Amino acid sequence: MSDPETSLAPFTLRQYAICLWGVVWREGLRFLHQRERFVSALVRPLVWLFIFAAGFRQVLGISIIPPYETYVLYEVYIAPGLMAMIQLFNGMQSSLSMVYDREMGNMRTLLVSPFPRWFLLSAKLFAGGAVSILQVYAFLLIAWFWEIEPPTYWGYLTVLPALALSGLMLGALGMLLSSLIKQLENFAGVMNFVIFPMFFASSALYPLWRVQESSPWLYRLCALNPFTHAVELIRFAFYQKIEWTSFAVVAAYASVFLVAAIVAYDPARGMIMRRGG
Amino acid sequence: MNAPETPALSIQGLSHSYGARKALDAVSFNVAPGSFTVLLGLNGAGKSTLFSLVTRLYAAREGEIDIFGANVMRQPGAALRRLGVVFQARTLDLELSVMQNLIYHAALHGIGPMEARRRGNIALARAGLADRANDKARALSGGQMRRIEIARALLHDPKLLLLDEPTVGLDIKARADLLAHVRHLVREEQLGVLWTTHLIDEISDDDPVVILHRGKVLATGRAADIVARYGASNIGDAFTRITGADEEKISA
Repeated sequence: MSDPETSLAPFTLRQYAICLWGVVWREGLRFLHQRERFVSALVRPLVWLFIFAAGFRQVLGISIIPPYETYVLYEVYIAPGLMAMIQLFNGMQSSLSMVYDREMGNMRTLLVSPFPRWFLLSAKLFAGGAVSILQVYAFLLIAWFWEIEPPTYWGYLTVLPALALSGLMLGALGMLLSSLIKQLENFAGVMNFVIFPMFFASSALYPLWRVQESSPWLYRLCALNPFTHAVELIRFAFYQKIEWTSFAVVAAYASVFLVAAIVAYDPARGMIMRRGG
Repeated sequence: MNAPETPALSIQGLSHSYGARKALDAVSFNVAPGSFTVLLGLNGAGKSTLFSLVTRLYAAREGEIDIFGANVMRQPGAALRRLGVVFQARTLDLELSVMQNLIYHAALHGIGPMEARRRGNIALARAGLADRANDKARALSGGQMRRIEIARALLHDPKLLLLDEPTVGLDIKARADLLAHVRHLVREEQLGVLWTTHLIDEISDDDPVVILHRGKVLATGRAADIVARYGASNIGDAFTRITGADEEKISA
């Protein structure tokens, strides 16, 4: 068969688009079929919102800090942190599914595709990010009933690019970790050493000025934490503003993680090789 | 088309180590187009490492791998487009339907969903599974899954197919059916096949055989010729004489 689609000419732009579409489409189908994953991704932030935040409302007073122009309820304050948490879990989970995939062979199916490897990995990241954004909007829909909403409905739109960038950063971090983690039962390790420190040492649950009061050392750590910047980027975008520092930091971390992940999966230099796949 | 003398797969002086352990040591052999070549070796002989190198999971630092003349390291795109692979582990998405699995694979080769469906229907008919297109992959038997994986690996029309111990976990009948199916494809489609196994009874007299043992190629040639060369009674006997392995290990 000398079908144009199997000729050995370089891939056209259209074929790149088909490949990207295929990876996203598969991720979407898997997402639809894994209801438990979707439900738990939704329940986790809601537990924080309705139980933790309600309990702490009386304990923690939040002063007026940008982007807020009035006193806000604690629930309102932690909502952006919970949006970022959804993406953090999604990134780590998809990284673990990559470890699992690699063991089960699905990752090998992806990597044996003739498209350039950086493109395949980016497509996979893009797909994971899209799924995490869907989860965030599902969370926002429920939160809306509790009057957690942006000042105008435009906030739902302006938060989208922030979610895309933070989803990319957290997904790329997960992908990098997936090349380093050997066993798939290591989710507990990822929880202890990645998710919890990143989440707690950030501005997700308390503003950094409060942290600074109690520990300047911890404050510096929080200010370096990429997750803090993801949270602040989302918080400001939800209020139709841009936090430029956070934007720059998230973009920089995203590029570093992405390049490191591509190098880690590079057949000639990668970590998989040293380990013996 | 490629000149007939270009091998479907050419491996020259391929070595690979995991740390101090040498998994492959100066391995060289060819797979001719339209041949059913058997790579015979015990578990741990280096078959999986060889697969990882040919499919570019990691790089071949020492030695050359060419697929129809395209070097796997230097022209990975051109090489991988001519290659179809069935991995030892099951790689179908169990939650997705058979056709969805095929469409996904086609997309990974730049083939759009319409064309993928057309090819998928032909491939499923050829595999005798035309009526299962919309079933979840989970609903298939082990032998059926393997056939789907083969159909999927051939969707982008490669002329070289690699199968890594494809009969592992199948019952006797499914094994025989699968073997017959792939042999049929070799005859009808002029497909070059590299079939790895540790099972002697999957080899026919006329098959080119490569015997791999502890990372080294100890013998290559037509099965019947190898048997004659070593004065053995059959290929299993020849394998034992060549490798000095225990009889039980091979038949296991």
